[in-house]
Amino acid sequence: MSVSIALLLVFCVAAAAPALCRLTGRRAGWVLAGPVAGLAVWFAARGPEIWHNGASLSQILWAPSVGLSLSFRLDGLSWLFALLITGIGALVTLYAGAYLESHPRLGRFYATLLFFTASMLGLVLADNLLLLFVFWELTSISSYLLIGFDQERADARRAALQALFVTTGGGLALLAGFVLLRQIGGAFELAALFPQAAAVRSHPSYTPLLLLILLGAFTKSAQFPFHFWLPAAMEAPTPVSAYLHAATMVKAGVYLLARLSPLLADTGTWFWSLTATGAVTMLLGAVAALSKTDLKQILAYSTVSVLGILTLLTGIGTVTALEALAVYLLAHGLYKGALFLTAGTIDHETGTRDITQLGGLRRCMPLTAAAGLLAALSMAGLPPLLGFVSKEMLYQAGLNAPQYAAVLTKLLVVTAVVLFAVAGAVGVRPFFGPPSGLARQIHEAPAALWLPPVLLASGGLWLGLTPPRLEKAVEAAVTSMAPHQAVDVHLSLVHGLTPALILSALSVVAGLLLYRVHGRHLGSMRSRLALVRFGPSHAYDALLSGLNRLAKWQTRRLQSGYLRSYLLITMMAVLAFSAAPLALHRNLPAVSAALNPRWHELLLAAAILAGILTAVRTASRLTAVAALGLVGLGMALLFAWLGAPDLAMTQLAVETLTVILLVLVLHQLPDFSQLTPRRGRLRDAAVALAAGSFMTLLVLSVHTTNSDSSLARYFLEHAQPLAHGCNVVNVILTDFRALDTLGEITVLAVAAVGVYALVRLRMTGEQKR
Amino acid sequence: MRSLILLTASRYLAPLLLGASLWILLRGHNEPGGGFVGGLLAAAAFALKVVGAGVAAARRALRVNPHFLLGAGLLTALASGLPALLAGLPFFTGRWIRIPVAGEASWKVGTVLGFDVGVYLVVTGAVLLIVFTLAEE
Repeated sequence: MSVSIALLLVFCVAAAAPALCRLTGRRAGWVLAGPVAGLAVWFAARGPEIWHNGASLSQILWAPSVGLSLSFRLDGLSWLFALLITGIGALVTLYAGAYLESHPRLGRFYATLLFFTASMLGLVLADNLLLLFVFWELTSISSYLLIGFDQERADARRAALQALFVTTGGGLALLAGFVLLRQIGGAFELAALFPQAAAVRSHPSYTPLLLLILLGAFTKSAQFPFHFWLPAAMEAPTPVSAYLHAATMVKAGVYLLARLSPLLADTGTWFWSLTATGAVTMLLGAVAALSKTDLKQILAYSTVSVLGILTLLTGIGTVTALEALAVYLLAHGLYKGALFLTAGTIDHETGTRDITQLGGLRRCMPLTAAAGLLAALSMAGLPPLLGFVSKEMLYQAGLNAPQYAAVLTKLLVVTAVVLFAVAGAVGVRPFFGPPSGLARQIHEAPAALWLPPVLLASGGLWLGLTPPRLEKAVEAAVTSMAPHQAVDVHLSLVHGLTPALILSALSVVAGLLLYRVHGRHLGSMRSRLALVRFGPSHAYDALLSGLNRLAKWQTRRLQSGYLRSYLLITMMAVLAFSAAPLALHRNLPAVSAALNPRWHELLLAAAILAGILTAVRTASRLTAVAALGLVGLGMALLFAWLGAPDLAMTQLAVETLTVILLVLVLHQLPDFSQLTPRRGRLRDAAVALAAGSFMTLLVLSVHTTNSDSSLARYFLEHAQPLAHGCNVVNVILTDFRALDTLGEITVLAVAAVGVYALVRLRMTGEQKR
Repeated sequence: MRSLILLTASRYLAPLLLGASLWILLRGHNEPGGGFVGGLLAAAAFALKVVGAGVAAARRALRVNPHFLLGAGLLTALASGLPALLAGLPFFTGRWIRIPVAGEASWKVGTVLGFDVGVYLVVTGAVLLIVFTLAEE
């Protein structure tokens, strides 16, 4: 089984999810989690092969002319992500079945969730940047659908739209960055780009390219100042928050940076932009997390903080830092997933997520409490959990940073201290704190609700106790991020008395103190740090309402609903945009005497002119229609004489039908209540005359231009031999240019349906009234 | 307010117009004509019926809903591109077969005719959809 088949499988399961949901009813979660879990096992089993042989590439051509192909790369980094996505994905799928039990739209929820799983897998496995971008946008879209899953709530819809705008806005920049990269490197394939790293880094377009890609990565991974969409996205059902907005999707930006670091890293710009953004984000997120009282909000801001840490580590870019990145990624996925799921379970069983109302839940829900405790200890960075190992490595990376090691280490310690207190607030106090007076009778949740968090949290314990298990995987991941450096990973719980251990001990003490202070001031915590609220989120709101105002204004100006003003605007626009260049850039054609009109042509022209004058002067609609009919018939005759019988026939038929249509609607119209005032008529006359003169000039200039059109000759010569037809006009329409004609008749059909809908809607509206 | 002259005229003219429209459709590949003009003419035949005998009579004469003509026409036009696709050629490449009639004579029939029939149906359907709707209002 290859990677592309694995992906296809998940997409198929997603498509079949609604039907499977109906078939299996309450066991839907267990059934749908099966394939995802199977995939996780498959990826896990391929581990040793990846560690040993390095990247495994596969390619299927899709649209090679634009550089798009289904090429996939399974190496250490994507393997780690794939395992996180499928492993946590399976547990979340199982959990969601119980969390949203008997929800009427559960089938649609599963379809979207699994669609996301497939897209995210595609994102981390893609070797072609264009393909990666496609999956990148698919995750944004599925995230939008999942955040807005409670579609009746305005808050959920707003948050969904905000997340979509921010991430796809960044996605647009990302696409531009990829295109720039292709212009420099000549390919979208990473495999072809990696050998040209030096050329890319020294290229003059490197800085704009990097900034564009960073914009994409930072919006996706909720880095300051784009972080605001992530806390708002907590409107999503909790399994979604656990999966997309903690464990996987928000890490896509970090993944992209790690993926591209062999290509783009090792420059001053890279180091500065990543470490500065990461540092601001991690501090801001941690402090904001401490100021919230809603479990999910706290977790969301702590996720923002961790994403900042991951960005910072990518920016530092040393082997130590990349090792820390890999382990931290895993540790965070495990503990944050577990914490979100326990938060969901608490919400599900008690009906509240406010930490000031929660306490002493360990008696009623012991298993959930165990999961929450283990996850919180890992988050706090206490031994013997994986969080401890990753925090030690984090400090080590800070201490070994090539520049500003002291400052970075201090910032990391401060963040860790705050996160320690946050971990206590979300994972310890609700279970072990003083019992609160919740009136409800609380029971332990069903197995599908406690099993996933317990498994995730014990994963952190298991790996924390035996960190050497991870060595090979981390080594492979770091090798994919830094292919030219010697990587030799040794992981252990105890390193001896290192500076990192001393820092760790210090931060635990400080964290405990902060936790106690935080607990004492919990009641008055709300809106203490209002500072976090202003800023980017408001800029977003202002931008959006400004855009709406602009749209309203221009709609009022341009879309008046009167056919005559549309006609006027269209004519003036045509004149402005085509007549002006014609007048500026070309010599106006001289009306040559060689045109040499014959007497019957002059007669026809006079008849047409008479028709026009009558139509303009008359106050009766019927007379105007008849006069216009005269104009049309005159034109048809002219066509016939000038050797365009097809055109003449069509013109004649159109004229006839137009008269019929006009007669059908004419008697519906009220009498003229007033004619256009004189000024308006003069303006219309001016525009009409200008448009007419423009057309005349255009035709004359076409006529006088010596057009050596090889196309016309081609059509004339090949109509008979290639298309077996003598009528070249028809052959062009139905054979040479059939696709264009297909488009035209489709437009015709749509227009007819549009007229039908408009008239019918108005009729039913009148009936209602 | 039905005009007897129009009623009688439409009874005889409509079939004539319809026949002419088919003739124009079929000759279009080699002489002036084609699906577009043919479709307009067919629509004119039914429009005449609307003016002469009323919408209900015209609808009865058409037998199918104009919507149906739109869909059928688009599908016919689209389907005429498929034989080329099945033969591994670019979409809409014209494919021709000879149908022997009698002796040496034979008809050449191509997918292009299918396409033109599609255009004919869409144009007829679109115009009639608008005419019927407006006339019923």
